[in-house]
Formats: sequence, C-alpha cells, structure tokens
Amino acid sequence: MKKLLFILASFLSISSIYAGGYRVSIQGQRALAMGHTGVAVVNSAELAFFNPAGLVFLENKLNISAGVTGIQSNTKYQNLQTRQAFETDNPIGTPINIYATYKITEKIAAGIAIYTPYGSSVEWPRDWAGSGLVNNIELRSIFINPVISFKVNDVLSIGGGPIYAIGGVNFDRNIELADGATSTTGPSSIEIDKQGVTAWGWKASILFKFSNKLALGASYQSKIELDAKNGDVTFTNAPQFDTGFNASLPLPAELTLGLSYQLTDKLLFAFDFNRAYWNAYRSLDLDFTNPAITDSNNTRNYKDASTYRFGAQYNLNTKFTLRTGYYFDETPLSSGFFSPETPRNDSHGFTAGLSYNVNEHLAIDASFLFLYFDEIDESFDSDSRDNIPPFEGTYKSNVFALGLGINYKL
Amino acid sequence: MKKNIYIYIALASFGFVACEPEFNQPLEDTPIAVQSSGIADFSTYISIGNSLTAGFADGALYRDGQENSFANLLANQMKSAGGGEFNIPFMPDNIGGFKGFEDIDFGTRFVLDVDTQGNQTPSPLSETANNDIATRAEGTSFNNMGVPGAKSYQLLLPGLGNPNNVVRCPLRANPYFARFAQTPLSTIIGDATAQAPTFFTLWTGNNDVLSYATSGGAPEEQCDGSILEATNQVGTFSLDLSTATPQDVAQAYRTVANTYGSNDISDPALATTTIALIANTLTANGTNNTRGVVANIPEITSIPFFTTVPNNALVLTAEQAAGLTGFFGLYANITGNPNFAFQFNEGPNRFIIRTVPTSETNPIGDFRQMTENELLLLTIDQNALRTEGYGSARITPEIAGILQTIGAGGTFDPADVPKILTAVNAINDEDVLDTTELEELSAAITAFNTGIASVVDANPNIVLYDANSRLKELSGGITSEGITVTSEFGSGGAFSLDGVHLTPRGNAVIANDLIEIINSNFDATLQPVPVGSFNTITIRSN
Repeated sequence: MKKLLFILASFLSISSIYAGGYRVSIQGQRALAMGHTGVAVVNSAELAFFNPAGLVFLENKLNISAGVTGIQSNTKYQNLQTRQAFETDNPIGTPINIYATYKITEKIAAGIAIYTPYGSSVEWPRDWAGSGLVNNIELRSIFINPVISFKVNDVLSIGGGPIYAIGGVNFDRNIELADGATSTTGPSSIEIDKQGVTAWGWKASILFKFSNKLALGASYQSKIELDAKNGDVTFTNAPQFDTGFNASLPLPAELTLGLSYQLTDKLLFAFDFNRAYWNAYRSLDLDFTNPAITDSNNTRNYKDASTYRFGAQYNLNTKFTLRTGYYFDETPLSSGFFSPETPRNDSHGFTAGLSYNVNEHLAIDASFLFLYFDEIDESFDSDSRDNIPPFEGTYKSNVFALGLGINYKL
Repeated sequence: MKKNIYIYIALASFGFVACEPEFNQPLEDTPIAVQSSGIADFSTYISIGNSLTAGFADGALYRDGQENSFANLLANQMKSAGGGEFNIPFMPDNIGGFKGFEDIDFGTRFVLDVDTQGNQTPSPLSETANNDIATRAEGTSFNNMGVPGAKSYQLLLPGLGNPNNVVRCPLRANPYFARFAQTPLSTIIGDATAQAPTFFTLWTGNNDVLSYATSGGAPEEQCDGSILEATNQVGTFSLDLSTATPQDVAQAYRTVANTYGSNDISDPALATTTIALIANTLTANGTNNTRGVVANIPEITSIPFFTTVPNNALVLTAEQAAGLTGFFGLYANITGNPNFAFQFNEGPNRFIIRTVPTSETNPIGDFRQMTENELLLLTIDQNALRTEGYGSARITPEIAGILQTIGAGGTFDPADVPKILTAVNAINDEDVLDTTELEELSAAITAFNTGIASVVDANPNIVLYDANSRLKELSGGITSEGITVTSEFGSGGAFSLDGVHLTPRGNAVIANDLIEIINSNFDATLQPVPVGSFNTITIRSN
C-alpha cells in the first residue's frame, strides 16, 4: 500500500513581517504625521532611525523621542462563487520607538535607536476557507541600533551603525494529511513557533544640508537574514509527529532618498522615496527535522517595491505644530501569489498629527494614519513544486493607526 | 479654548477608526443566479439505487456520507433550477453501524490509522455504534431512495423493508429500507412512484455482482450452519414483458427472492427486466414528462477493493526464495505431485492460492500459484501476508532445520511428513478472485451493461450515464473542476476506506458528470460543484 502524501506545504508564510506588503512604517510620531517622511528632516531624535548622519545637525546636545502607536488593521475576504465571506479579527498592534542622541563634539554625535520595524498579527477565523494558507500569524521583532554621526563639513555629514535584530514568529495553519483528508477529532492543523531569533545588519546614511532651507538625505539599511533553527512544531488533530523545523528568512535591504524644503518660517515640505529590495524573497522553504514529514516549499516571488511619501509641517504658534502627509505604497506581492497572511495590495496612506509644546524642553506628539486599499480580486495559485491548493477571492483591507509620543531636548 | 478644538479633531479621528472595509458588491447583495431546467422538471427529484446512491462510505451509512451523496449534491444544484426539497432518511450520527449488529456487516465506519512513520491501516472508528436498528428515520417521505445492499430485483420486492424481519439471523429484510419504508410490504419502487417523481436517477445492479465479488465467490455459512455456495444465476430467469401479466411478474420475482443466495451473481436478464420495469413505470413508457438518468455497472477492476493488494507482493530475498523453492520441492516429492514444485525468485513473487480445501479425507487438497490477472481482496489479512507466510508456507525454525538437513545431503525422517504438509499456508478462496470467477463477473457485467443500454435506447425520457467507462478512467485520474482524483486507495481521493464506495469528493465528480449529461441532453444549465471543497478520507487523530 502506498504511503500517504503528507501535505504540509506552504505554511509559515512569514511575509507579513516585511515592509511594503504589510509594513505600516511607524518609526516616529512626527515623521508618521508627515507621511512617514524624514530622511532629510532635521527635527528631532527620530533622525536616529531615518538618517543617523543628520544627528550632528540637531540643535540641542541631548534629544530624546519615544512613542507608541496602536494599529488596527482589518481585512475582509469574499468569494462570489463559493458564497463564502470572512473577516479578520486582528488584535491591536503596538509598535514602539525610542531614540536618544547626544552631541559629543561639534563634529560628532552618537545615538541609540530602538524600534519595531516588523511586527504584525493577522487572525482569520479558525478553519475558514483559506485556513490551508493561514489561520493566524503573529510576528514580533525589535531592532537595537547604535548609531554615530560625523560632520564632514558644514554641508555634509555621514552616519550609521550596526543593527542587532531580535525576531519571533508564531504561525498556525490547517493541513491535510492526505489530499482532502479530515481527522476524527476535527480539522488538522500545524503550529510552528520560534522566538528569540537574532541576526546582525547595518545602516549607513548621508545628509547634505545645503542651507537652512534645503536638505537632501539618503539612507541604506542592509539585508538581514533571520535563521530559525529547530523551532517548535505542534500538530493538532493529527498523529503526533515529533519534529522541529529550520527556516531562513531574508529581511530585504531598503534604500531611502529624500529632501526637505523650508518654504517659509512656518511651513516645511518633505519628500521621501523608499525602495525595498524584495526580490530577495523568492521562496520560503521549511525543512522539517523528521524525515517522515514532507518539507514545505512556499513560493513567494516577491518583487522590489517603491513607496512615495509626501509630508508637510506647519508651525501654528509657539505651542502647536501641525503636520499632514500622504504616501503611495506599492505592494511587493506578485499577482497569483497573493496570500491571505499578507492581504496587502497597493495602498494609499493619509496621515495627520500635531505637537504640543508643554515647555521649551518637552513636547507631546500625536499622529494618525489611515491606510486605504483598493478592493482586489486575487489568487494564490502557488508553484507546481509547492503542492498547495489554489485559493482566490476578493479582498478589501484598511488600517488605522493612532500614536502618541514625547519629545525631550536639552 | 483653541486647545479643545484639536482634541475634538483627535476624537473625530478615533471615530473613523471604527470604519470597517466594505466591498463594492457584498456577498449578501448577490442572489444565486437562477438556472434553467431545460425540458426537465426538477421539482420532485427521486434518486433510486443502492449504497452508491445512499451516500454509504467507509463501510457504513452515516450522516456526512449521506449529505455528500452524489444524489444530494445534484439535488442542491437543482434548487437554482426549480428543484424542490430533497429529503434524506438521515442516520442519527457520524459513527454509523447498528448496535448489536456490528459483527454482521453493520459496524462503525472506517477511519485510517497512520503511525508516525506514515504506515496506514483502515480500521473501524473506536466509538461504539449507538443506533438502534429498529428506529425509523425522521420524516415521512424521502427523495433519496438509495438503499445500501439492495440488489436490482429487490427494488421490486415487497417486504424488503419489513421491520418484523429485521432480526440478527436470518436477516430477511434490509434494515436500511426498514428505516423508511412506508408500510411493511412496501417496495422501494412503490414508495418512489407514490411521490410522483418529475426526475429520477437510477443506479442499480452493482450488488448483483459485487456481493459475489467481495466475498471472493466463496461459499457462505448460513444461520442454520449449512453452507451455501455462491451461484452464478445466469440463464435462470425468463420473463417476456410484452406478454406477462402483473401477476406473472410478481410470481417471477417471488421465485427469484426464494431461490437466490445473498452472494449469487444475478441473471443479467433479471437486472435488465427490473430496470426496464422501473424506467417504464416512472416514465409511463416514455410518454409522460418525467425524465431520468440511468447509470451502468463498473468493472470489478476499476474498484480499489480488488486492485490495492498486488498478487505478487511476496517479496523475497535470495535466501528466502531458495528456502521456499526447497520447501515446495520437498512437498512435491512427498506427495508425488510435481505440480507443487513451485520456483521462487529473489524479488516479487506471486502468492499461492488454495483451489481445493483440505479435509480429513484429502489432507493435501489443491493449491497453485496465482496468475497475472487474478486479484486479492482489500479485506485480506495483509499482516499475515507479510509475517505469517500467508500465501506461501510457514517456514518455522523447525521446518528450516529439516530443509537444511536435506540440503546438506542428510536424510528425511518420514515422521516429519505431517509437519511439511501442514506448513503450506495458501490463500483462502474468500480472499481471492480467480480467473474463473473473474470471467463470470466480467461476462455478467458486460451483459448487465448491454441490457441497461437497450433499456435506455428504448425509452426517449431517459439517458445513460456510462459509469463503467468513467470509473475505468479513474485509475489514470479524472479531473473535474480543476481537481484530479484517482482510484488509488487512501491517497487517490475518489474512494472511501472500504475500497468500494466513493468519498464526498468522488461523489462530487459523479454529480458533475450527471450535471453535464443532464445539461447536454435536457438543455438545462445546472452549475457544477467545486470538487476541491469536498473531503476525502478520515484519519484517526486520537
């Protein structure tokens, strides 16, 4: 009798941790309010993330920015052929950012940036129509990034530093032990879990401050390869196969170019262009340590993607500063590889926010983001080597984020 | 004051947060597209037949199987084309079986045991059967008239569902029909006709050959301890419908009921006559507006019950092959019959089957090696094949010692003769379909299908579903609505764990076949079902 085919394909579709397709960039309350521009905005300690080269141009000796944001993302799915509809019930995400910078001399500044650039939760109803691709996924990461900034001359500064990344993933999807098979106790599923994966990367940036009005900046963040070794695998409603898993996940490199222009004393415009090198993410391959379990190939075929960001800031008076912005975020997903764990097509971000200056040292920042996605008919057809059933339908998503932060300067 | 304004703006933004994404065309705004029934009328669809029509699967009748019978799937698609309710005599649960009758073919459904190495064995669900065999199905009349176990002629047999005869031994009624027969003396067709069907499917005759085949054509012990041979009844039935009175018909069927054994092959003339009588009754000889589809009978070799265990699964090392060759050489010497001197080779070898049983007067009987075409049944003890020499001989250490002595030029002790004679472990008749049995079955099925085709040809209201051709294609794979299923046991997706009946996914393929036939013959526009969304087998996970 022929052995059963164990279809454990395609789970762990970890793409949601990445920028572009899912990443709602929130690495600073002031920047977010301006469409998340900032590579050429010399304004606060948020520069430690956006462009560490610029730290040396900050007016104050000590700058601290810290913030937390609540993100609510919603996705609905429907299929008019099967007449099924589902929606996510995602918990509220809470990315944080903490930045501190210190000007050591007129030529040198140093800082530390702690932020959560990748992190999300997508929770579909258990055993929903797309459960073979994902039931739920939760990803967390934190980057610790010491930076240093050198002023080459009055116009030019360079900066950068190493990134220590700590990441974790929990992922659950349904599986079929044989084609179309069910189990005696309910739908079979697999959960994989790996926390505390660490890796190193780096960031380098440059700032041209041509005048008090015009600045140009560029920043590059390296690719970071997260290697998960012997993660936990738990089967539900299935024979208890004893296995771990190994997988390697590229966090692709990202280049940002941008400028800021002080139009009047009160009004500043900023533009950023991000290019994320998603082409590095071709496939996610899971290697199970138990040879009885078929390894899982998950074609992703991501493509490089750009984001275009526009922001404006208006100093209303000594107490209030108002900000607004817009960005267009291209999806890195390829058509035909649209998976419900990253139901993210091209999106339009609308942002706003303000700062309230409590006194000359302390300000409170607030920001708001509405991310709009067009309705899209898409499918996950998978690659022939993946052995994953196709899944298609109509998706509609949106994201709201509301952030609060403080800014301290001395 | 100014400060407050900004707070309001922030609060207004929060209000926005509650907005959920909305589709341009939400699902609830899209009514199901109305389909055409063409020249057919689906308002009262009745499905008539046996276990295949009932949704029997995994060796049992249970709720999920009934929900996913091709008949119910078809009825669901008919609902958008004027189809009415489709009432099913549901079993109470998904366990299946009848309490107290588990040992006589009414056990719980099969699930697949899989060990952590991936080896698989079908075995009954470990829960106990709860259903009382005497409890009637909920409801009054039923559209799915598929009765598991019913043979063609039994569709016309009064009393098949007589609850008074649902007793352990002898079981003279069909307990499945007894659950919903209108009266103790109802016939299946009588109860179907009473509902004035406007459309029907008829798939019967399978059990007329299948029970012979699944019992290996072997004799069966009766309740009184007597042995009843399985008989090929070909040529025993004759009735000229053009001249017969209803009384003649009734008398002929009474005779059949009294003479046929449960594992006999029915006379093809009987099956053809039965199908003609049913089709002509339902369509008033093709003059009313009732339309229907009649399916024919698949070949035995299309069904994994007969094709899963290979007849050459006796895989030997060179040493084992030499040992068995030596053993049967000695056996031939002792018995003076050189036919027993089988040769075995390294690799796969065909099993030995028993053709004449041993008895006190004939301690040797007769046995031989299987031929290429002969089949082993799924129910054979595969563990015995692997570990107990079933299909060759039990070479115990003692026998091996005897063989070694002779091989080394030693002498054979005549006192060891009984040990050699009893070590032969040939496969029993009930686990095998031999060439003669296969030829009988094949001839019968061909005759059945010829008869069914002639009935369909003679009646303008009905069309043929060539299930035989379709199931033959299954071994190479059938693709329906983007999903490919094959007849491979366990992993193919089409056949349930009893190796004979279909999975929900297999039923979906049949339903789509019927939809295609109905659409092309009756100008209807029924929509196919999504095959990939139907389950296949159940794996034990506790």
